[in-house]
Amino acid sequence: MTTKTDILPKVKDRPASPSFLKATLAIVQKDLAAEFRSRELLSAMLVFSLLVIIIFNFALELDIKTRQSVTAGVLWTTFAFAGTLGLNRSMAVEKDRGCMDGLLLAPVDRAVIYFGKGISNLAFMLIVEVIVLPVYSLLYNVNLFQPTLLGVILLGSIGYTAVGTLLSTMTVQTRTRDVLLPILLFPIAIPVLLSAVKASGGILTGAEFSEILTPLNILIVYDVIFIAVAYMVFDAVVEE
Amino acid sequence: MQPKPTALKILDIVSIIVLGVSTYLALFFAPTEAVMGQVQRVFYFHIGTAWVGLLGFVIAAVAGVTYLITKDLKWDRFEVAAVEVSTMFFLITIVLGSIWARPAWNTWWTWDPRLTTAAITELIYIAYFMLRQGIEDPDRRARFGAVYTLLGGISAPITFMVIRLFRTIHPVVIGNQSAEAQGGFSMTSDMRVAFFFALFAFTIIFIDLMWHRIRIGSLEEKVEQLKLNVSM
Repeated sequence: MTTKTDILPKVKDRPASPSFLKATLAIVQKDLAAEFRSRELLSAMLVFSLLVIIIFNFALELDIKTRQSVTAGVLWTTFAFAGTLGLNRSMAVEKDRGCMDGLLLAPVDRAVIYFGKGISNLAFMLIVEVIVLPVYSLLYNVNLFQPTLLGVILLGSIGYTAVGTLLSTMTVQTRTRDVLLPILLFPIAIPVLLSAVKASGGILTGAEFSEILTPLNILIVYDVIFIAVAYMVFDAVVEE
Repeated sequence: MQPKPTALKILDIVSIIVLGVSTYLALFFAPTEAVMGQVQRVFYFHIGTAWVGLLGFVIAAVAGVTYLITKDLKWDRFEVAAVEVSTMFFLITIVLGSIWARPAWNTWWTWDPRLTTAAITELIYIAYFMLRQGIEDPDRRARFGAVYTLLGGISAPITFMVIRLFRTIHPVVIGNQSAEAQGGFSMTSDMRVAFFFALFAFTIIFIDLMWHRIRIGSLEEKVEQLKLNVSM
C-alpha cells in the first residue's frame, strides 16, 4: 500500500512555495494577460463609461457654468459605476470557470489572492480612467491633467477596489450576485466617493492645497484601514 | 418545544410598563418647550430609539468579530438579532426626527451629517439582509454577515466624519452646541427626568426584543434540523 509520502516528491525536489510578492504578481500577470487577450472586461467598462458621460451631458445640461462645479461628481459617478462592472466580471470569471478553486488550492497564503485580484482590478480601473480623462477633457474643454487630481484619482481608486474586491468575492458566491455588489458596495464606499469628489472638486475650482488636505487625509486613512481589514477577513470570505 | 423562560415573560411585562411610563413622562410630565412647543416632545423617543439603534449596531459588529474568531453560530444569531432590532429602531428615529424637523427646520429632510449618516447606516443594514437572503449555507451566511457588519461598523463613523466637513444644523443637546445649529434648547430638570427615563425604557425594550429574536433564531435552527432529519 502506498502511503501519502510515497506519492509526494521528496522535500528537496518539491518547488518551494513562492514568496508573497512573487505569488501576488503571478496572479496579477495572469489576470492582465487574460484580459489583454480577450479585452471583454476593459471594452465593456470603457464603452459604459463613455455612455454614462454622454447621458450626464443631457441629464445635467453641462454648459460652461455648471461644468466647473459638477465635473468632479460626474467623473466619480462614472468611475464608480464602471468600477462595479469590472469588479463583478473579474470575480465572476474566476467563479464560473472554476479558477477560484484552483487559486485556493495553490500552496500560498490566501491573502495573496486578495492582493492579486485587488491589484488587477485596480489596474483595470486605472486604465479606464486614463482613457476617460482625456476624452472628458476633449469633450468638455476642461483641463484634467493636474498632478494632484491624478493623485486623488489614484487614492480614490485604491480605496474603492480595496473594498470592492472583498465584497465582489462575497457576492459571486450568492444567488443574486450581479445585482448585489453595488447595493453592498456603495454605502460602504461612500466615504471614499465623498472625499474624492470633494478633493477633485477643490482642485478643479482652483482651491488652495490646504483646503483639499482634509479629504486627502481621509482618503489615505480609508485606504489603509480597509486594506488592513480586508487582509484580515479575506480568509473568512473564501473558506470552504 | 421549550416554553418561554419566566425571566423573558417578566421582561415582556416590564417593557410594556416602562414604555407606558415613558410615554406619560414625555407627553404629560415634561414641560412644554417654550420656542418649539408640543412638537419638541418627540425628542424623548427620538433620542431613546437612536440610542438603542446605535447600541445594536455596535453590538452587531462586536458579535460579528466574535463569530469570526469562535465560529460559534450562537454569535451569528446574536448579530442578526441586534441588526434586525436596531434597523427597526433606527427607522423609527429617522421618522420621528423628520416629524420634528418639519416645524423646527421647515423641511422634512436636510443633508446634514447625522441625517445622512443615519440614512446610509440604514441602507448598509438593509443591504446586510439582502446579502444574507442570497446565501443558503448557514456557515457561509454567518461568515459573510459577520464580515459585512464589521465593514459597515467601520465605514459608518468615517462617513460621519467626512460629512462633518460640511457644516451641520443638527442641534447638540448633550455637550457643546455648534454655532450653526438650529432648534437647540437646554433641558429643565423635569425634561431631564423624561429624557433619561426614555433612554432607560428603550434599553429595556431593546433587550427584550433582542432576547425574543435570539430565541426565534435558535428555534428556527431547530426546525431546520428536524426537517433535515425527516427528509433523510
